[in-house]
Amino acid sequence: MTAAVIEAEAPAPSRGARVLAWVRRNPTIVIGSAILLSLVGLAVLAPWIADDPLNFEPTNRLKRPTAQSWFGTDRFGRDVYSRVVYGTRISLVVGLSVAVLATAVGLAVGILCGFYKRVDGVVMRVMDGMMAIPAILLAIALITLMKASLLIVIIAISIPEIPRVVRLVRSVVLTVRALPYIEAAIASGTRGLAIMARHVLPNTIAPLIVQATYVCASAILLEAGLSFLGAGTPPEIPSWGNVISDGRTFFQIAPWIIFFPGVLLAVTVLAINLVGDGLRDTLDPRIARRM
Amino acid sequence: MTAYVIRRLLATIPVMAVVALFVFFLLHLTPGDPAAVIAGDDASPAEVEGVRRKLGLDRPMWEQFAIYTWNLLRGDLGTSIFSNLPVLTLVRQRLEPSLVLAVSTLVIAVVFAIPMGVVAAWKARTAVDRIVMAFSVMGFAMPVFLIGYMLIYIFAIELRWLPVQGYRPLAQGIVGTARSIVLPAFALGMVYMALIARITRASMLEVLSEDYIRTAHAKGVATTGVLLRHALKNAAVPIVTVIGIGLALLISGVVLTETVFNIPGLGRLTVDAILKRDYPIIQGLIILFAGVKVLVNLMIDLSYTWLDPRIRY
Repeated sequence: MTAAVIEAEAPAPSRGARVLAWVRRNPTIVIGSAILLSLVGLAVLAPWIADDPLNFEPTNRLKRPTAQSWFGTDRFGRDVYSRVVYGTRISLVVGLSVAVLATAVGLAVGILCGFYKRVDGVVMRVMDGMMAIPAILLAIALITLMKASLLIVIIAISIPEIPRVVRLVRSVVLTVRALPYIEAAIASGTRGLAIMARHVLPNTIAPLIVQATYVCASAILLEAGLSFLGAGTPPEIPSWGNVISDGRTFFQIAPWIIFFPGVLLAVTVLAINLVGDGLRDTLDPRIARRM
Repeated sequence: MTAYVIRRLLATIPVMAVVALFVFFLLHLTPGDPAAVIAGDDASPAEVEGVRRKLGLDRPMWEQFAIYTWNLLRGDLGTSIFSNLPVLTLVRQRLEPSLVLAVSTLVIAVVFAIPMGVVAAWKARTAVDRIVMAFSVMGFAMPVFLIGYMLIYIFAIELRWLPVQGYRPLAQGIVGTARSIVLPAFALGMVYMALIARITRASMLEVLSEDYIRTAHAKGVATTGVLLRHALKNAAVPIVTVIGIGLALLISGVVLTETVFNIPGLGRLTVDAILKRDYPIIQGLIILFAGVKVLVNLMIDLSYTWLDPRIRY
């Protein structure tokens, strides 16, 4: 037992002790955030800790992991370690952008649906239809029709995620709407827009944050999956999915090309899910009890 | 009950209508000339014109939509640009491997995950529970292609127990099929197992705290009897729901798994269509998969009355 525990039991716990107690109560958030921070570090420091990910060295093709190239080399003699480090950037950018885009659009549509019956019927039917289409097919259809770029990939991944956010927000809005204080606000003459902004919006924030983490994780997996199929991020960009896709044909003789980006991908998604689970438990105790 | 079934059946019509509309307009709302996009970057003007005529893109929009809808209602999903075969024929050719993969995955996942969830709930907060939960958290994070390649590496390349890739049709003997499908089914099933185990545990935990469970224990029912007959049966509704939701995950996963294991199923058909920009196939498969998903949801809803007689419509 450390001094921190004794301090925590003292009548007025110090700041440090309170932080420590919080850390102990929420181990998943702390572990998840720590992993994510190191990944952000990798992404930001890429130019200093990795070599050029596009550098061809034909004499060094399909080399096993060594002290010089930690993760081995691919079929063009490119350093897998450097490509994986740069790939961190793509995955994090895609995850974050999709989470922001899908939650922002979903929030706006969800609030409108919860408030206006006339919009609700039509929009929710459209959402049901979109949800019936498997996300990967919807994204593939969108990407094949447009010129593949990172932006198109982000948009194409966001679209299938939107209906889930809309449903969540709408259900919160419908619940809140029925509460007496909204009736009071309407009775006292508050405008619709003000009610939404001041009384309804704050209630959606906690579940939305939790949802956004899951959207982020599934977006990163989906981008990797699309790139793996050759229908995602343009092949010249070193994303994890592209590196794995490159290694496909040489898997039997050079498994490291797939192994390292694959593990990093799993660790990233795991970290985001850990943060999400932790946030869900602290922000939404109702669900926490059930899981 | 009959009225409810009819009502639910009718409710699927607007959903499928939205899917059809979406698939149709997807092609028309994209910037630029859809015929040129489908024909590819190095197509000659004549080839672009050919694609345009073949897809009927030279006709007025409303006419195209009417023809498209009419064909869908007749069960015509369109015609492939490259092979000139009806999409439905191509689907029929590729159906077996995907169906075998999906069913094996479903069976493996349910057979492993439900006992895991039951035991985790029964031994809640012990090491067993922790292991099951850790597995579940890991299962959600592992991309199917990583699991797939790892399984191939261990069981096919190192141990040489199973074939590396490919699929043997049922017509050539069920043993060969089973050997070729077991690794893909496990790879694809991992997420699914994680999902089902987690919900089973949660649902069981809730039921196990009920009074009638204590009563059953008190009157001397054996532990397995309590767990299976009294608890699991009453915990079934959320489990069945999540098995259905998971089927959606499975559809996306099939496309990736078939690519990893080189299985000539619907997933490969999709990927080949993407690479060749054979848009009618992609459209047809979207309609087909969406239809399957809607049907599964319908079946889940209907199964509730059977699982929980208190639910009436």
